[in-house]
Amino acid sequence: MKVALTLLVIGVLLLHQDTWNWTNKNLVFGFLPAGLAYHAFFSLLAAATMAVLVHFLWPAHLEDEESLRPATSPHTESAAATAGGGDEAR
Amino acid sequence: MLPALIVFAYLGIVLYIGIFAFRKGKESSEDFFLASRKLGPAVFLLSLFGTNMTAVAILGSSGFAYQRGIGVYGLMASSSGIVIPLTIFFIGTRLWALGKRHGHMTQVQYLRDRWEMGGIGTFIFALTAAMLVPYIIIGVMGGGTTLETISGGQVPYAVGGAIVAVVVASYVFFGGMRGTAWVNSFQTVLFLCFGAIAFLLIARSLGGFDTAMNKVAASPKAFLLSRERIPAEEFFSYMFIPLSSIMFPHIAIMCMTAEKVGHFKKTVIFYPICIMLIWLPSVFLGVVAASQYLNVPPGETNDIIIRLLRDNTNLIVSGILGAGIMACVMASDSQILALSTMFTEDLFAYYGGRRKFGPKAEVWAGRAFIVAIGVVAYLIALALKDKAGIFELAIRFAFSGFAALAPIMLAALFWKRSTKWGALAAASSVAAGVLGTWYLTNISNDIAPKPPRPPAVAAAGPGTAPPPPVPAGAPLTAEASPATPDPAATPAATPASPPAAPPELVGAQPVAAGGPAAGVRGAGGAPRPPAAVQIYPALGNMFLRGPTNVTVYGYLPVMPMVLISGLLMVVVSLMTRPPSQATLDKYFPPRGGAARREPAEAPGG
Repeated sequence: MKVALTLLVIGVLLLHQDTWNWTNKNLVFGFLPAGLAYHAFFSLLAAATMAVLVHFLWPAHLEDEESLRPATSPHTESAAATAGGGDEAR
Repeated sequence: MLPALIVFAYLGIVLYIGIFAFRKGKESSEDFFLASRKLGPAVFLLSLFGTNMTAVAILGSSGFAYQRGIGVYGLMASSSGIVIPLTIFFIGTRLWALGKRHGHMTQVQYLRDRWEMGGIGTFIFALTAAMLVPYIIIGVMGGGTTLETISGGQVPYAVGGAIVAVVVASYVFFGGMRGTAWVNSFQTVLFLCFGAIAFLLIARSLGGFDTAMNKVAASPKAFLLSRERIPAEEFFSYMFIPLSSIMFPHIAIMCMTAEKVGHFKKTVIFYPICIMLIWLPSVFLGVVAASQYLNVPPGETNDIIIRLLRDNTNLIVSGILGAGIMACVMASDSQILALSTMFTEDLFAYYGGRRKFGPKAEVWAGRAFIVAIGVVAYLIALALKDKAGIFELAIRFAFSGFAALAPIMLAALFWKRSTKWGALAAASSVAAGVLGTWYLTNISNDIAPKPPRPPAVAAAGPGTAPPPPVPAGAPLTAEASPATPDPAATPAATPASPPAAPPELVGAQPVAAGGPAAGVRGAGGAPRPPAAVQIYPALGNMFLRGPTNVTVYGYLPVMPMVLISGLLMVVVSLMTRPPSQATLDKYFPPRGGAARREPAEAPGG
């Protein structure tokens, strides 16, 4: 599934580069330039792609975190004391 | 004066929102900086979108489309519509979870702990803070100039700047993240309403858009209906710019405010649609404007939608427009809060402030920093009023810089073997890239192809006198606005019409760089000006200079910067020792081992 979804995302990104519309000046519905109509459609395609990713690739394991109370930052002064000047020593 | 009064009413509303949020708040750093990580789905979507997408979408993009045509939508809007949701989906959700689990409030907090580093984290803090500061200064400058323009000079620049600085600092000071998120949500709704109203009123006044578009198609500006004036290399490399979004501190911090990870679902799905709702009418109106105004000079195109509105609507709408502009100007609130959060968490708390003064002092340190940054930004805005271009340029380069930081975050989240030295190498390359681009831009200013300057503004519509141009410093310009994606991260303003004479070139080799359009003739058979000139002829097309930007073999600098940053991250990480096993276990726990969690401490403790 992951391979298929990766290909889907790559395919959508490639569709953004619509070289075939580069010089197309036709008007869709009599007022909307074809290149603009294409990219408006692309925006809807992007939303649909994200819906597919949310459905099939949602990181459900992250929902476990919702039950946690917010923790404090691990970066207290003790962290500073050990790491602040210690980059070069590591 | 009516537009100015509407603007003051708007300022009063946002101030009230901030104070109302203050009443709802608690005195803890988690609450002040992250709204207790409890934003609901609607506010989360609207504020994230509003933070990321300022009124440049309505105003600047129209001016840019007037110059370069419908390709502006694909260049900046539809690319953002897929790349930004992807980054929020893959990176934003992880940042949210890590923040929830370990208490991180900033990117640097996470990176420091993830790679067991201190000083390198401070370097990344300094780099991101330096790239963020120009936004705040431009915001104050924009406030001063916008109020001065809208009030017809009755509110001087110094007073207008002070009003905006005080209002923004006040609602951020009192309301913190909750107030900022509510104001951003309000602004987003205002943008959407404003766009819809403007679109409908202008359509009615013009007698239908089909008439206007056919007029453009039959004119020398027919090229606006296609992308023939946008080089393929530029179009492609623009896909890298939206990577900057998730690396902007205010966006990353905003990702940590959601109450539930499920809130991200609707956000990533509706984000492309929100972008479309704002950008599509804006770009479309920019092209429609070409049927009304023949030759607006490139420097004055960013108020093209204001011209359309003033010539096709009434005074009330102009007032709403003024409020929309102020909403744009005040979009620096998120940056101010982010900078304050970074200062408090990455410096004050990290270097001993929390131990010495206690957790409650964090909130007051943050508030003090908000006041300080407001005062400093105002003083700089006063002193350097005529040098807004410096900060506008800095914002341009910042987009590339933040985009090129994305490999660091990706490596931290998804590659166990990555190291702090890899991060240092990548961040250093970003700093070098930004400074290098700045240097190349500066030294090539004299040889840059000059866009044509039409002799006069021709208003073909039912025009009265054209409105005053948006002053320098107002973040409304496609070249300057603190929006994502950066309209200006480059784009050479393609001449709206071919010049009568070739542009002046000084000792440099002209190059017809570009994609499908390269080398063709302009309307009327006139030769196009060269798209770019070689900065170092001995290096061929490696560094090219267009009318407003530098490119590398025709591609925007952001592309090589992202690739080099990613390469250094990988190579240097492989050459150095990874973090300890304990840290790796902490950030890459085996699936199913999530039950062994650290006990959560009291917020702010």
